[in-house]
Amino acid sequence: MFNRDRWKEILEVLTSNWFRTVLTAFGVFWGIFILIILLAAGKGLENGINQDFGDIATNTMFMWTRRTTKPYQGLPKDRSFEFKREDVQTIRDNVPNLRFISPRNQLGGFSSGGNNVVRGLNAGAYNVYGDYPEIINQDPMTVTSGRFINYNDINEKRKVAIIGQGVKNDLYDKGEEVLGTYIKIQGVNFLVVGTYKKNSSDGGEEAQKEIFVPFTSFSQAFNYGEDVGWMAITAEDGHSISVLKEKIIDVMRKKHKVHPEDNRAIGHFDLYEQYNRVESLFAGMRWIAIIVGTFVLLSGIIGVSNIMLIVVKERTKEIGIRRALGEHPWSIKKQVILESIFLTIISGMAGIIFGALFIYAVNALLANVGPVDMFMNPSVSVRVVATALLVLVVSGLLAGFIPAQSAIRVRPIEALRNE
Amino acid sequence: MIEIKDLHKSYKMGSNSLHVLKGLNFSIKEGELVAIMGSSGSGKSTLLNILGMLDEADSGEYMLDGVPIKNLTETKAAQYRNKFLGFIFQSFNLINYKNALENVALPLYYQRMPRKERQEKAMKYLEQVGLKEWAHHLPNELSGGQKQRVAIARAMAAEPKVLLADELTGALDSTTSYEIMELIQRINDQGNTILVVTHEDDIAHMCKRIVYLKDGVIEKDEKIKQVRASAYVQ
Repeated sequence: MFNRDRWKEILEVLTSNWFRTVLTAFGVFWGIFILIILLAAGKGLENGINQDFGDIATNTMFMWTRRTTKPYQGLPKDRSFEFKREDVQTIRDNVPNLRFISPRNQLGGFSSGGNNVVRGLNAGAYNVYGDYPEIINQDPMTVTSGRFINYNDINEKRKVAIIGQGVKNDLYDKGEEVLGTYIKIQGVNFLVVGTYKKNSSDGGEEAQKEIFVPFTSFSQAFNYGEDVGWMAITAEDGHSISVLKEKIIDVMRKKHKVHPEDNRAIGHFDLYEQYNRVESLFAGMRWIAIIVGTFVLLSGIIGVSNIMLIVVKERTKEIGIRRALGEHPWSIKKQVILESIFLTIISGMAGIIFGALFIYAVNALLANVGPVDMFMNPSVSVRVVATALLVLVVSGLLAGFIPAQSAIRVRPIEALRNE
Repeated sequence: MIEIKDLHKSYKMGSNSLHVLKGLNFSIKEGELVAIMGSSGSGKSTLLNILGMLDEADSGEYMLDGVPIKNLTETKAAQYRNKFLGFIFQSFNLINYKNALENVALPLYYQRMPRKERQEKAMKYLEQVGLKEWAHHLPNELSGGQKQRVAIARAMAAEPKVLLADELTGALDSTTSYEIMELIQRINDQGNTILVVTHEDDIAHMCKRIVYLKDGVIEKDEKIKQVRASAYVQ
């Protein structure tokens, strides 16, 4: 196969009619190019959306209480109830495979709009959360100075706060020392012990304008008692929160005497389910890219096959001569198939290279103009490229097969008949 | 070298069939230079195709150097053609994108002879036909006579048992024809068996034996006194 004369001949045949060869090659080139671009675009969109999800642990659900809609065990409907701190332990005891259960409370945001935080002459309205230390794993943020909440804070009910970049910008002058200062949250002083910054582009400004304080101090300072506003629950890796949530909700229904079929009493938001929905959208898009690309490629391959048929027809006489001189029919077949594979691979490689250059250019452009919403770092994996190459070899083989078959059907006697 | 017994061949032309060869018998011994003559339609091309294993007879026997030629697979036929036969055609049939040397080396390539050896041998035969200086020229840079000489060198390159020439001077003017015939005679003098199909009387008389074909039967088969082509060549 790697024989100098054979390859010389392949090149001679393919270069004997440059224009035709290039036109034929363009079909395959275009097919692969489109395939690569489509896959990369899909990947770019996927990367963009994933970026928007941020670092939030996607195997997470949020759960809160609403009013009951069914009377149960002598209790009326329309009853309101609250999760309690001890519920965390109840869930732990009854539902296995949960990684984090974080009870949370919140000031501002959903409930009120007015300024709730004051520092000196500056004031602002921020979301203030009462949290346990684990929350940083479920709603990740980078602590840029100082520290995050720890269990000593929880146990000793320390009035400390971690503030976001946005809060810092509002309440402090540029360059002013933040750590060790006090801010007044609804009239209660909290010592600032840390600042954070969130990576997520989702929520933008809002996400940087939050204040985290220990759950226990929050409850005491703002008179929440044992109440829990809502919970963020993350399942262990390999266990889906979407499966476990039914059990969790059941346990909570039992504990709070809610009718087992009262689906509205406990509200929840399943991040995993949302994430999966988006994921399956991407999977769908990938399939569309593959199908469209494959069909474009297929038309390119048909083009190659067509041209090879013409080449064989043109070379009928030559093939006849070769056979008269004693060339093995298989050798002729191999020649035609190799020509076809060679043409397909060369043009396919060109398609891959140009596709890669195009993606590179887009990335460079994106890097220049800054991040674009929902689109980021389009790329194709090496695996896809390797698969594409394999597909090219196989399709070259197929494209060459029919022409090769017709080449060995040439009978020398017919080819050599004098006109 | 060649033994033919009761060879029949007919072609189907729609509903009726055309009986082209009607029981031929003849033999050619080693070192002979035989002309097959006949008007068009006499069956001489068909005979040559059968002798050249490009076509198969309907019935009859064909022995080439003691080997029966019958029911060959394409692969086997290709092998035998390569080993036993050298073809010289009226229209030269050189491969036009290969130079003279490569054309001559082609049958050797099909024998899987190593490249270097093959080129040396091809060069030797090109030298023999007087075209050493033209080895690296493409066929379209050669004259008709030169092309035919390249074709002869190619036919001889594989050292076949028999050279089969089909109207080898048909596309050449008479001077060039005589030059080619002189070459053929010289090759024959070296002991090669050659079979020439022609309809030109003067070419036929430069052979040593003429077989006249008419309507698919041998009309006459006679040894003649060879006319040396060198007499016509300056």
